[in-house]
Amino acid sequence: MSTTPTYEAVIGLEVHAELLTATKIFCGCAARFGSEPNTDVCPVCAGFPGTLPVLNGKVVEFAIMTGLALHCDIAPRCKFDRKNYFYPDLPKGYQISQYDQPIATKGFLEVRVADATTRVGVHRVHMEEDAGKLVHVGAAGLAGAEYSLVDLNRAGVPLLEIVSEPDIRSSEEARAYMAELRLLLLTLGVNDGRMEEGSLRCDANVSVRPAGRAELGTRTEVKNLNSLRFLQKAIDFEIERQIRVLSEGGAVLQETRLWSEERQVTYAMRSKEEASDYRYFPEPDLSPLVIDSGWIADIRARMPELPAARRTRLVDLGLSSYEAGVLVDQGELAAAFDAAAKASAYPRAIATWLIKDVTRLLNEGKLRLAELPFQPEHLARLVDLVETRAITVAAARQVLAALVTEGKDPAALVAEMGLAAMADDAALREIIERILDAHQAQVAEFKAGKTKVVGFLTGQVMRQTQGRAQPQQVNALLEEALARR
Amino acid sequence: MSLDSARQIQARFACGEVSAQEILEASFARIDAMDDRVGAFLTLMRDRAMTRARDLDRRRASGEDCGVLAGVPVAIKDNLCTRGARTTCASRMLADFIPPYDATVVGRLEAAGAVIVGKTNLDEFAMGSSTENSALGRTRNPWDLGRVPGGSSGGSAAAVAAGMVPIALGSDTGGSIRQPAALCGVVGLKPTYGAVSRYGLIAFASSLDQVGPLTGSVEDAARVLRVISGPDPRDSTSLPQALALPERLEGSLRSLRVGLIAELDTDGVDPETRAAVQRAADWFARSGASVERVSLPAIDHGIAVYYLIATAEASANLARYDGVRYGWRADRSDLLGMYRQTRDQGFGPEVKRRIMLGTYALSAGYYEACYQQGQLVRSRLRQDFEAGFERFDLLLSPTSPQTAFALGEKVDDPLAMYLADVATVGANLAGIPALSLPCGFDSRGLPIGLQLMGPALSEARLLGAALAFEHAHDYAGRLPAAIAGPVQP
Repeated sequence: MSTTPTYEAVIGLEVHAELLTATKIFCGCAARFGSEPNTDVCPVCAGFPGTLPVLNGKVVEFAIMTGLALHCDIAPRCKFDRKNYFYPDLPKGYQISQYDQPIATKGFLEVRVADATTRVGVHRVHMEEDAGKLVHVGAAGLAGAEYSLVDLNRAGVPLLEIVSEPDIRSSEEARAYMAELRLLLLTLGVNDGRMEEGSLRCDANVSVRPAGRAELGTRTEVKNLNSLRFLQKAIDFEIERQIRVLSEGGAVLQETRLWSEERQVTYAMRSKEEASDYRYFPEPDLSPLVIDSGWIADIRARMPELPAARRTRLVDLGLSSYEAGVLVDQGELAAAFDAAAKASAYPRAIATWLIKDVTRLLNEGKLRLAELPFQPEHLARLVDLVETRAITVAAARQVLAALVTEGKDPAALVAEMGLAAMADDAALREIIERILDAHQAQVAEFKAGKTKVVGFLTGQVMRQTQGRAQPQQVNALLEEALARR
Repeated sequence: MSLDSARQIQARFACGEVSAQEILEASFARIDAMDDRVGAFLTLMRDRAMTRARDLDRRRASGEDCGVLAGVPVAIKDNLCTRGARTTCASRMLADFIPPYDATVVGRLEAAGAVIVGKTNLDEFAMGSSTENSALGRTRNPWDLGRVPGGSSGGSAAAVAAGMVPIALGSDTGGSIRQPAALCGVVGLKPTYGAVSRYGLIAFASSLDQVGPLTGSVEDAARVLRVISGPDPRDSTSLPQALALPERLEGSLRSLRVGLIAELDTDGVDPETRAAVQRAADWFARSGASVERVSLPAIDHGIAVYYLIATAEASANLARYDGVRYGWRADRSDLLGMYRQTRDQGFGPEVKRRIMLGTYALSAGYYEACYQQGQLVRSRLRQDFEAGFERFDLLLSPTSPQTAFALGEKVDDPLAMYLADVATVGANLAGIPALSLPCGFDSRGLPIGLQLMGPALSEARLLGAALAFEHAHDYAGRLPAAIAGPVQP
């Protein structure tokens, strides 16, 4: 789907990422997924009278790290604010968040769409606490539920809110931004990237305007986008819907909409009782947060290599930008590549093996590299064997299957499986003569000019040698033998 | 036995002259004899207290040092959490609330050997200046049972004044320790903001609230402050350094520069109170200090600013009382109805008024004119104080513009009630320490309070000057005639 040429979409994304800290943002409770309801809860995160928040330093560290990775300015001094609203999953009746002094501002993320790289601005990154969870009994949502249960395990889990500038112009670009941001957070180790479980959430602000117009159209906020696919589909739907509304002379309403995967539409959420006024004011229970440059430098020094830099480095090693992209987008492949390439003179070949054969083996077995005894150094040695023609590609595939699942040294496997290349011309000639004798009809066809049968005959030889002969060598010898007949 | 000095009680306990159980029995005997009339306590913790007293006696018998408050009975304002003992804030909302934790100050008192006898009455959620806003009981001034004890720590002040306990804890957001101390003729100290942990203090206005002692003497106030102050990892706003409080307070006034605040020495102050403060100033001058009038113009805006900021913070702090997790819950099956009725039935009129005021002050369209303007004037006021403390070591004023007023006198006039805080809110807004101590009696025999304020962390200086004043006068330790008379255990 794409927009009609007369309209342009303007999209901004608000991403909430649960941080992978051991404990919650303002108390010592475990911040984890899947505990029994209301077991990771204490008087502080349950908002009991007299309790006070104490900021978890790890949250600040993760926020700084994310801000740096997004090329943001890190505020030397920032503060927390109270965002006031009533909801049963919000124990204090306010959420501790950051309003007008976020920890990081003015960054960007480079995003690739169809070989072109664009820069999406990052407006701000701020820290806040998550709310609890409501479990509605008797209905899917609050409306119509017989009663609702409150689970406060998630209350106080640290979140980063990452708000993009409205720089995005298409659903593809939105998806690419989200995918790149997810990869970045995974690489930093601050978020687990699980959009389906809700530990990484995304809301899209979407508006359209006549192409060439500077002022923005009325936007809607689309929620419930818990996968990259939903994100893209929902934005496409919303763009089309808004264009249709405007083309028919209507006006887009500023509202919050939800994506329904079932019905493949966005629909307006039950409108709120009143316009929300969150009455933000500085959180008096927390002192302003002062971040000295030494702390920032220390965090910067400890940061892992980021995806963009990694891609560039792989291209510098001789990989195509496509290959570099595939490896880096699947972090564990890139890690395996780095380990293997270090021990090899053939990095490009290693990349090819990882992208094609290793990936195929993993997909077939529904396996993850990390779960296997696979050692990247073994892949390096296997590639060496292939590149020095000690084994054939076909043999190497057989060795790889064993190597990936058994984690054995490839040279040992080659010996064990009897797969060393068969390079002796005399021995091959003997086999070829036997094959030709057995296939007189095909030899006659060849003589009559049907040169295509060479392929068939080569295949027969390869089968006879169990793939251990190099195909080019077999070809040359076969043509010699046929010429002699 | 006399219960008017923590120092003496601890000394007599430590040397074995009296047991913790005997001390406690004396305290309960006095409470039983007169609290029907005074109404200082909402909850008595007899079992917990007796268990602790027996434990202390056992430990002392085995030669252990039981702490600087060993055996001393204390009363705790009922907005400070006590593990396993109901903590009500004098509100219907929390009438049955039993916290699963102790406030940090409660833990520190007990670690120093103090024995908590019970929880004292207050204005609901500490909002008030007479303790008449309590939803759970009426407290009377021991000096005149027809009058208010002040507030909001009225129960704590009355308990000390009536000799039921030598020391009590209160909380002070705009004068709630000092004003009742003044009206009940005891010593009350609001420490520097952050000197004492707020963990377990049920918040009214977080940037102003501070826990402090109400005691029969300056020396006991210092003793309690030593125990309860100091950094607390559970309160991010507690100061990282401990207060420097020497074991022996410096009582010398030589070369002390004292400023009498002009804005609090006006016709708005009752003449007898004004005269008593003037006499105190004269005494300081005679005793080697230099005394001058000083103008702090921002003081005049104190009440307005205070009621913007305190109510704004309160509106958020009290949002958690929604009936979902603890406390009062109205019997309604729909969410919105449950919220509305819970808060309608659970809160009293003054609390509702302040929630409304604070919500308004923070609302879109009013934020700039109200809350933000309030913060601006607050920093002006702080600067005024800082400038004042460049020229003066101590500032003097009355604690309250008048002595104890009659029960019911101001209940229908919230603004008149708010003005009772005119002299005290400044210290909270500026975060500085302030102390009230008795400086005389009016013609009705009601105590008059003198307020001393100093720069941040100057508690040692304040207490030293107060000690010198106390030693030179005989206002401290008097028992009110209304409830006088020894009581045998």
